[in-house]
Amino acid sequence: MKKLINSPDSVVDDALAGVVAAHGDLVRVIEPNVVVRADAPRAGKVGVISGGGSGHEPMHGGFVGMGMLDAACPGAVFTSPVPDQMLAATKAVDGGAGVLHIVKNYTGDIMNFELAAEMARAEGIDVTSVVIADDVAVKDSLYTAGRRGVGGTVLAEKIVGAAAEAGADLATVTALCQKVQDNVRSMGMALTSCTVPAAGKPTFELGDDEMEIGIGIHGEPGRTRMKITSAAEVTSMLATPILDDLPFVAGDKVLAFVNGMGGTPLIELYVIFAELKKILDGRGITIARNLVGSYITSLEMAGCSITLLRLDDELTKYWDAPVLTPGLRWGL
Amino acid sequence: MISYDDILAWVRRFAVTVAENKSYLTDLDSAIGDADHGINMDRGFTAVIDKLDGPDGLGGPDVGVVLRTVGTTLISKVGGASGPLYGMFFMGMGGAVAGKEALTLEEFATAYEAGLGGVLRIGKAEPGDKTMVDALIPARDALRAAIADGAAVGDAMARMADGAEQGMLATVPLVARKGRASYLGERSAGHQDPGATSSHLLLRSAAEVWAGR
Repeated sequence: MKKLINSPDSVVDDALAGVVAAHGDLVRVIEPNVVVRADAPRAGKVGVISGGGSGHEPMHGGFVGMGMLDAACPGAVFTSPVPDQMLAATKAVDGGAGVLHIVKNYTGDIMNFELAAEMARAEGIDVTSVVIADDVAVKDSLYTAGRRGVGGTVLAEKIVGAAAEAGADLATVTALCQKVQDNVRSMGMALTSCTVPAAGKPTFELGDDEMEIGIGIHGEPGRTRMKITSAAEVTSMLATPILDDLPFVAGDKVLAFVNGMGGTPLIELYVIFAELKKILDGRGITIARNLVGSYITSLEMAGCSITLLRLDDELTKYWDAPVLTPGLRWGL
Repeated sequence: MISYDDILAWVRRFAVTVAENKSYLTDLDSAIGDADHGINMDRGFTAVIDKLDGPDGLGGPDVGVVLRTVGTTLISKVGGASGPLYGMFFMGMGGAVAGKEALTLEEFATAYEAGLGGVLRIGKAEPGDKTMVDALIPARDALRAAIADGAAVGDAMARMADGAEQGMLATVPLVARKGRASYLGERSAGHQDPGATSSHLLLRSAAEVWAGR
């Protein structure tokens, strides 16, 4: 394992120290490891928090700031945070208008957030939760843990954060988050595995000439493993299941998000985006907004994911609203 | 009777067992999960031992307090799925025997039932889903049978651990329906469930420290 770390045990703490050193004007870190917006709590504003295992940076800590998250709870690498963190985050950002928990659909995240919400409610804070489960690679059935929360989470955090910033109440913010979930679908692929620092060896084996289609952001297995092929074919293999699932149809306007898994250069993401544009043009679907870059990563994994969000005027307005965070900033 | 010191000895033995089996549990988890079960359990029980040995103490010989302290420490320190699941198990057990200095085998069974209830409530797994529940339920049934037979503590715990072991081994052919392993679908068959494995170790630890009683 070759990594720029001091020790596997201290990697999250050391990285948080760097976040504060770099972005102390936007965020602060409180015990027990919660990234909180510098000016939280804001009286009368709904708090929006999220969290999950570390290793997906800039998600979630990089999205704390004006117009997005009020706090983020980073767990150990690829391990959900503990309820104490979500409780501390909820209390730190509650301005009296309640707090929304945006939870990615993983067994550990669901359980820990559920315990935290129970504790926060016991302390008199109004808490709602929305689960993001947008990965079409997973069959959504009673016989699985359900779809994983992936790229749609980034879009939900931006849009919902903008609504909360604009003064929407807890019920409205919660319904908006559910609307994003209902209209967003994603799928990813990997060219290489990744190595969790504490494990010290790659999460899975993938041959030099192989790729995994449908990979999860923790290296969970996908739908198929096959020989590497062209970007055009890879894009089709990711976009087609997404388009057919919702389904997205001619006349739809979408936000197209091409995301890097951490080890893929931007030049390749733009190659994918060009192919995605061709496919959507061919189906009469308009890319009204886009995001291209590495925003929800899987350590050093090479690969990409595609996320499509069906837009309406409300979602577009909140996507366009100003945002000032370490990881996303525009409109200022 | 199972004394306050017996309960502490069980928790300490399990902490050692988890440390010894850290790589084994993580390897099982890497086959069908996310390769962190041993790491997380070891982090949790290291924190539990730090807490038991810490300056705050436990404020007197109360079995309920010990078990609840184990539970809250796991929930506070572990994360993932095993933190809430094992945390709720120990909190459930502790809540059922608050204020007791020692437990009869029947009282231990009552506490165990409450712990199992905590796991079922937070995890929502059913028998056959290929989870820790598949070890915990046969263990519960073996304990009930042992009590019905009038077994002594040591014998009852050995039978309980054997029940858990059989349940653990029976997870091998199952297709996972809960947790990360469920993403594999049919490919999860042929692998032993890591949570059922750590649950067997938990009860085997009790059988070892209470042997001959």
